[in-house]
Amino acid sequence: MIKKQLQITTLSLEETQLLGQKTGELINGGTVIALTGDLGSGKTSFIQGLAKGLGVPNEYYVTSPSYTLINEYPGRCPLFHADLYRLEHVEDIEEIGLYEILDSEEGVVAIEWADKFREILPDHIAIHLEIADDESRKISISADSPENITLTERISDIYNQQIEKISRSKGVQK
Amino acid sequence: MKVLGIETSCDETAAAVVADGTKILSSVVSSQIEVHRPYGGVVPELASRKHLEAIVPVVDEAISRSGVALKQIDAIAVTRGPGLIGALLIGFSFAKAYAFALDLPLTGVNHLAGHIHSVFLEPDPPPFPFVALLASGGHTNVYHVISHTELELMGQTRDDAAGEAFDKVAKMLGLGYPGGGVIDRLSKEGDPDKIIFPRAYLDKSGFDFSFSGLKTSVNRYIQTHEDEYQNQIPDIVAGFREAVVDVLSYKIINAAIKKGCRHIAIVGGVAANKRLREKVRQDAEEKKIKVHIPCFHLCGDNAAMIAAAGYHYLTNGGVSDMNTDVYSRVL
Repeated sequence: MIKKQLQITTLSLEETQLLGQKTGELINGGTVIALTGDLGSGKTSFIQGLAKGLGVPNEYYVTSPSYTLINEYPGRCPLFHADLYRLEHVEDIEEIGLYEILDSEEGVVAIEWADKFREILPDHIAIHLEIADDESRKISISADSPENITLTERISDIYNQQIEKISRSKGVQK
Repeated sequence: MKVLGIETSCDETAAAVVADGTKILSSVVSSQIEVHRPYGGVVPELASRKHLEAIVPVVDEAISRSGVALKQIDAIAVTRGPGLIGALLIGFSFAKAYAFALDLPLTGVNHLAGHIHSVFLEPDPPPFPFVALLASGGHTNVYHVISHTELELMGQTRDDAAGEAFDKVAKMLGLGYPGGGVIDRLSKEGDPDKIIFPRAYLDKSGFDFSFSGLKTSVNRYIQTHEDEYQNQIPDIVAGFREAVVDVLSYKIINAAIKKGCRHIAIVGGVAANKRLREKVRQDAEEKKIKVHIPCFHLCGDNAAMIAAAGYHYLTNGGVSDMNTDVYSRVL
């Protein structure tokens, strides 16, 4: 199996959200994003950026679905934000209706705590977040299929270009 | 008017019979009854299929405990949203069939409006208009409550709900689930001023909340004090709880002042938090504002509040027809 993994270190919450936003701008309905990382590592923050990139209107607050389990937002295509944190059995996945959402391939499906039930995930882009210090996060993006590998490379390129642009414009200001 | 209320929006299957939107004749919540006894009490697992298994016994139990004959029920109120579609559909479809078979009016109730109506099940309810803080595992909302059927959302959380922050902090410290009760208990032995966690007021004149940063800073504290934090748990949870309660109290009192309201309602699962109840009462007293908080068993999800809200929907002409559907979110 081909596998590609890219590493990005974000230095602030805003940068983590920017990475999410660039991801959202590049993906379309049917893409599955599997997020992993400790409590407080920035999974929901990443998805807040992702929603922005998918054109979810600002009046929709993207909040944690830990309790509500699946939140849906309208955008360029629908965004389904699921969280497996409270799920204990693989049967629960069926009960919350996640298979229907995955099968329809209608929207982007972002799944937090995806490592709890890896076996249910279709082809996806995996995002793993690690706390480096207070605001900085080590983020790895990986994929298996050729389409998703191409996507992850583009996400990483475009994000890095954007960061470079921002730091250059800050340099000019100084 | 006797209303049968049904609630299945999240984890609980619940049914209740309420007279005239104020008097509870019965209130049954599945996690509190026999269904779960073989597993040793409350099972914190989710329960779409459990709703399906529990709905008939729970409704039967509510009718039988109410002492009201089925033919004396005047209407049915059921949660329509927000919530998990699969879970909502079980209660809603059941209620439709029940209403159709008994030829009774049916009304679909907003779960969040239901929580606000829990204060009308207590003596001396607040007069309109008042402001309400709804804080639970899934929501942290501030409302201006204009009448039984008109709510204006003034603010909400931008990331984590208050109840979720309690549960996740409890989990980080290995204190188990749910977190609210154990944090309350341990906080009594701790000093809330020893470890100061950040208060996220956001825009101080606004009514939005953010609890994600607080959760992360507790996590960072644990990571950076790996060797000693085990001995500081009471101080950590007391400091954390105070940070949550400070912000909730500040915002709801400011909301009352902004709207010129002399009454505040605190509802939802987090309303069971002892420190929150105490702090809001203290702060409100200084401003001559009266605080209304339902008793503990009406803070969590229940169907009595749905029946109470449904009564007012029905008396205001809000009858749902058989084509009405559930909704997963409000906006």
